[in-house]
Amino acid sequence: MKKRQNVTIKGTKDGIVLHLDDSCSYYELKKELDEKLSENQRTQTERQLTPVKVDVGNRYLTDAQTEEIKDLIRQKKNLVVDKIESNVVTRAEVDKLKAENEVVTVARIIRSGQILEVPGDLLLIGDVNPGGTVIAGGNIFIMGSLKGIAHAGVFGNDQAVITASSMQPSQLRISDCLNRAPDNPQNNEKREMECAYIDDNHQIIVDRLQVLINLRPNLTRLEGGH
Amino acid sequence: MGEAIVITSGKGGVGKTTTSANIGTALALQGKKVCLVDTDIGLRNLDVVMGLENRIIYDLVDVVEGRCKIHQALVKDKRFEDLLYLLPAAQTVDKSAVKPEQMHKLINELKQDYDYIIIDCPAGIEQGFQNAIAGADRAIVVTTPEVSAVRDADRIIGLLEKSQTVESPKLVINRIRNHMMKSGDMLDVDEITTHLSIELIGIVADDEEVIKASNHGEPIALNPNSKASIAYRNIARRILGESIPLQPLEEANKSVFGKLKKFFGVR
Ligand SMILES: Nc1ncnc2c1ncn2[C@@H]1O[C@H](COP(=O)(O)OP(=O)(O)OP(=O)(O)O)[C@@H](O)[C@H]1O
Ligand SMILES: [Mg+2]
Repeated sequence: MKKRQNVTIKGTKDGIVLHLDDSCSYYELKKELDEKLSENQRTQTERQLTPVKVDVGNRYLTDAQTEEIKDLIRQKKNLVVDKIESNVVTRAEVDKLKAENEVVTVARIIRSGQILEVPGDLLLIGDVNPGGTVIAGGNIFIMGSLKGIAHAGVFGNDQAVITASSMQPSQLRISDCLNRAPDNPQNNEKREMECAYIDDNHQIIVDRLQVLINLRPNLTRLEGGH
Repeated sequence: MGEAIVITSGKGGVGKTTTSANIGTALALQGKKVCLVDTDIGLRNLDVVMGLENRIIYDLVDVVEGRCKIHQALVKDKRFEDLLYLLPAAQTVDKSAVKPEQMHKLINELKQDYDYIIIDCPAGIEQGFQNAIAGADRAIVVTTPEVSAVRDADRIIGLLEKSQTVESPKLVINRIRNHMMKSGDMLDVDEITTHLSIELIGIVADDEEVIKASNHGEPIALNPNSKASIAYRNIARRILGESIPLQPLEEANKSVFGKLKKFFGVR
């Protein structure tokens, strides 16, 4: 009986796909991948690098294993790994992903000297007083006055926005952009229901809340319904 | 079992000691048994404001370190019949001489014998502050209508909220000058209470009688005829649970009405 193949190579219209079986041991898989790539080496004549997609099915690869597979493929062929796809993620990765996509609701006043930090979006019911700071991986929505510092998209998300019922920040930061309050603020200016976002020139713009409907349609999370 | 109230502010010189002396005196005038505790170790002056300096024998550090019993260190205010006492701060050592656990134990002991323990807190947010709040059940935050004082009050309120042992703090705005507030040169009561969003328990006018009284070792609350005295007496009554409209009346009403309007979204 012929042994079941653990490595299959397929050419699709998008390029080469390597299917790596997920039920054998990692050691077996590596060995077979090595053999497969060596035996096909002769037929390959092109000089330029061909991108491949690697599909590992329901196998979890550690970072070290991922590097090993990539190296193996690169050594044997004029191939370069475009991406490795796995159906499996670790619990920690899921938790992180989930946290980064979650809206955390906090009903509190962030007072002078206090820092509130969340991985995803922040919905603050309360004020950020002067000297207080709120930081979020995603967006910051403040149902109250923002008089301190707000930093949205702190991990480098330029799409993140900051909104506040009353916008009088000492500083606005989105991703790596910074916007300081004017040194001589016009006192009587009412800044209500406003938002801040990064525009095409990589500048932070403060405008009325409603402009986000067109600028950041992805803010809508409603699925189904009308 | 009594209640311990710490008087704190963050910023120095805004009137913590004056407020402690006068609230204590006003509570005694209401017939409550009161013990004032000066925790500003190294810079004591509650005894001076109360006019009790000459009668100090032992101090707080002596008690904590076991050199005397509590009752030996307490200084009795002779103007009252067994109602008002002071536990003075030490003058010679620094704030690190006392630990929060020791303060907690001391205040708990005092609570057995007194209705109210009023704790005068030093300025700042370091050890002295931690000591002062260690045994407190409630807190009164004192501010003046200045941006820097309000900012420090905000910081202190944050720390009090974090400590979670002290009930939600109440606010006293001290040294108000009506004409400056009206002209917009000073933060007004509404601005301050909106910013700090804690309950206002008293407004005290800037009154030179307060300074005179303190210099004579006679807290102003003993004098029934001054504006500041009435303000302090009203704070004491509010501590006792009475509901008394805030002075000065005009501003208080406006402020409450303003809040209601905001609440219902009316402009
Ligand atoms: N309502 C008032 N009107 C006028 N003067 C006042 C008033 N309240 C306090 N003062 C004065 O302000 C000065 C500082 O007050 P006080 O010593 O009570 O402040 P403190 O907060 O205890 O200061 P520290 O931080 O140094 O302990 C004193 O000279 C006092 O007499
Ligand atoms: Mg003092």
